[in-house]
Amino acid sequence: MNGASSTRRVWGLVYRHLALYRRSPPRLIELMYWPVLQMVVWGFITAYLAGVQNNVASAAAGVLLGGVLLWEAALRSQMGFSISFLEEIWSRNLGHIFVSPLRPWELVAGLMTLSVLRTLVAVIPAMALAWFLYSFNILRLGPMLVLFFAALVMMGWAVAMGVTALILRFGAGAEALAWSILFGLTPFAAVFYPVSILPDWLEPVAYSLPAAHVFEGMRAALLEGRAEWGHLAAAYGLNVVWLGLMALLFRGQFQAARVKGALLNIGE
Amino acid sequence: MTLALTVEALSKSYAPGRPPAVDSLSFSIGRGRTLGLLGGNGAGKTTTIAMLLGLLVPSAGRVVALGHDMATDRFAALARMNFSSPYIALPHRLSVEENLRVYGHLYGVPRLAARIAELARDLELADLLDRPAGQLSAGQKTRVALAKALINRPDLLLLDEPTASLDPDTGDWVRSRLEAYRAETGCAILLASHNMAEVERLCDEVLMLKQGKAVDRGTPAELLSRYGRDDLEQVFLDIARGTRAEEALA
Repeated sequence: MNGASSTRRVWGLVYRHLALYRRSPPRLIELMYWPVLQMVVWGFITAYLAGVQNNVASAAAGVLLGGVLLWEAALRSQMGFSISFLEEIWSRNLGHIFVSPLRPWELVAGLMTLSVLRTLVAVIPAMALAWFLYSFNILRLGPMLVLFFAALVMMGWAVAMGVTALILRFGAGAEALAWSILFGLTPFAAVFYPVSILPDWLEPVAYSLPAAHVFEGMRAALLEGRAEWGHLAAAYGLNVVWLGLMALLFRGQFQAARVKGALLNIGE
Repeated sequence: MTLALTVEALSKSYAPGRPPAVDSLSFSIGRGRTLGLLGGNGAGKTTTIAMLLGLLVPSAGRVVALGHDMATDRFAALARMNFSSPYIALPHRLSVEENLRVYGHLYGVPRLAARIAELARDLELADLLDRPAGQLSAGQKTRVALAKALINRPDLLLLDEPTASLDPDTGDWVRSRLEAYRAETGCAILLASHNMAEVERLCDEVLMLKQGKAVDRGTPAELLSRYGRDDLEQVFLDIARGTRAEEALA
């Protein structure tokens, strides 16, 4: 297999979506809309809770705003992957894609690339807004920010691969999961509170998610200026496990769809 | 004759206990030849094409396309094949040129800009390149779909009703382009169509399907002679309705 050919096929898929966004400003605006809205609402909530209107960039407020921004990275990463796949179903283009030489793993690589691009477009304006409105500069996390961000994007990919596998299995009926599934994990991801707040029996559930380790690490960095390498390593280790499991699920459902003929009428 | 496509005992059953959608189908297409796949609705044409493209895994049998076994090496074959169907759309919001660029990249077409310019000239698309694909007329969409199908200069072309819903003039234009491409490149074509005049014009051989089985095959002239009919439409009706003209065959 030629690496340059593979890269070109992945680029073909990415180019298709970039061309779509170039021609559809509402889609571009929609990417930024929710993260910016979340930032505005949570910014005011933290200002209210801090009770000191001129000191909203306190450590506690920073933890909440940092949680909002980083959790958006996971949400947008998952949606970026899943919705890019759904775009192919909605445009009834999936048949052409699947009879082209694009390998399934190249499809996944293209969707991951799109997910990163969509996440950056969504999260960067919200980061700028947090700095402008609430004097919260998440960049003060330094290089750790990149590691936290990457870990959450990877978790988003794992969830999205699972969602895509379910769409292959159940068809368009599973579409709603693309918007809702990661919100359902929010209580266990320890975005806004430490894992220790959860009931004992829920703590193992939380620690099975890479996000819980990322947010524990984020709180240590923001509140104590300490790097929690153990949590970061756990987050990446869990990501490898979850990505591997979801890749197996995706491959299994893709093959099952080829056996059942689901690829012929997946949009119906 | 070098074979572009060989199909051996191909079968597809979607569920146990149900009759197979395709039942032990065997045929081949030589380079530069066109095979027509005819049959009524539900005869198994779409299922057959889906298996030839690797979109559907056969329950039994084997497909070898351009020397590659589709069960084990389908991507090598797919790079040299292409497909067109009016029932699978191209992204509507992308311009014609953007669509062709996408598929040019997916098929690894060298010198893509030159290839798009060549297709635009041959298929009279130059004025449409900047238009969104969704805003084109049926005839224009068919020309764009044909351009997409020819973007990688395929050696094997699978066409599912390529002139469906086109006016006679546009339909004739598409058929002329297909004839020209085949003559120029030696491409093998599998054509599924309900347009019997089109089949008579383009196909060297015709395979008649009914309930997933091949019920007859031959050149259009052989079929007309065998059934004692004047055109393929009457032959099609004889087979589809089971009113085969036995006396004519006797």
